[in-house]
Amino acid sequence: MAGAKEVKGKIKSVENTQKITKAMEMVAASKMRKAQERVEAARPYAEKIRRTIGHLSEANPDFEHPFMVEREVNRVGMIVISTDRGLCGGLNINLFRQVLAEMRHWEERNVPVELVVIGRKAASFFRRLTDIKAEVVDLGDRPHIDDLIGTIKVMLDDYREGNADRLFLMGNRFVNTMTQKPESQQLLPVQPADDNDLPDHWDYIYEPEPAELLEDILVRYVEAQVYQGVVENVACEMAARMVAMKSASDNAGDIIDDLQLEYNKQRQAAITQELSEIVAGAAAVS
Amino acid sequence: MKIHVDVVSAEGEIYSGSASMVFVAAELGEVGIAPRHAPLLTRMRPGQVRVQQEGQDEVTFFVSGGVLEVQPHLVTVLADTVERAADIDEAEAEKAKKRAEEAMSEAHDRVDMARAQAELAEAAARLSIVQKLRSGH
Repeated sequence: MAGAKEVKGKIKSVENTQKITKAMEMVAASKMRKAQERVEAARPYAEKIRRTIGHLSEANPDFEHPFMVEREVNRVGMIVISTDRGLCGGLNINLFRQVLAEMRHWEERNVPVELVVIGRKAASFFRRLTDIKAEVVDLGDRPHIDDLIGTIKVMLDDYREGNADRLFLMGNRFVNTMTQKPESQQLLPVQPADDNDLPDHWDYIYEPEPAELLEDILVRYVEAQVYQGVVENVACEMAARMVAMKSASDNAGDIIDDLQLEYNKQRQAAITQELSEIVAGAAAVS
Repeated sequence: MKIHVDVVSAEGEIYSGSASMVFVAAELGEVGIAPRHAPLLTRMRPGQVRVQQEGQDEVTFFVSGGVLEVQPHLVTVLADTVERAADIDEAEAEKAKKRAEEAMSEAHDRVDMARAQAELAEAAARLSIVQKLRSGH
């Protein structure tokens, strides 16, 4: 029975692993729902601020903020959003692959790329590859916009000083629970939305100057976009982890089945052997 | 006459509905906005936003600043969730830079682009094998 006992022990240990992966799956599922709610909650602000920028660019078409002007691309800035923790399938790997492809695309044109990273995974991956201008890690499952302001400001300052002529946001888009897609989004220059339901000749009363106000609004707009990217990435992380943990649990189940079969075989073999020993012993005595 | 009011912050919608009058702490003092107000764009100070509806109780929110946009039939309050000041933002930016610099100085094993790509390809291959094994089971 020695072999069977060993197998029993293995089954026990796989069962324990399965318990853990099952628990992680359920935790990820509930966190995913909450993260999705936060993605939804962030949407109205982005929409409203976009609308205001649209109004503003229509009211005052002569005035142009540097954040809205296309210029020749000599340097590019990227904000990369990743997760803090692993065990979420290929989520980060797929994203990094796309980031590397984009970086190569620009570097082939002799356009240096500057990086700002959000999340521990991107920080440790890109640190070995290039200089990182700024980073923020350990945002947790419920990121807040105030944790992002500093990091974003580093990039915005670079853009203002001409150290970046275009600014991209790279993160995962939540398509559905099974699918998350790495995506690149242009943050700056901002392309205002067209809104034609307003009369032709009008202008705001500005308090204070339009330039200052536009600055305020555009900075908030970029921050809102990044915030939305971050909460969406959390939803992606949870979905990916849920799927990864589910398949881990399924695999553990398969292994347990195999081991159980092995155990039964060994037990049967032991019984057969015992029986034949008894029979042989009985035959010898009589 | 009614005016539509949207109060939003980056982390969620706070209020959306119609009102007969809205009071906001604007940069140059409190403003009351009735329907058909002239277009106005102003910064807000930390303070209260009060929305009055006829025959109903006044609704009050606290905002820590932000931007107010007024169109004749539309009031948009873009509220900040945190207090903003140039020096606070600057300090945050410095912190973010510092974190990156500290982390960079700890990283000794720098690799080049090709190596990173190879590592990624390997990781991706490992993943796809796992997936294949799984589907074959």
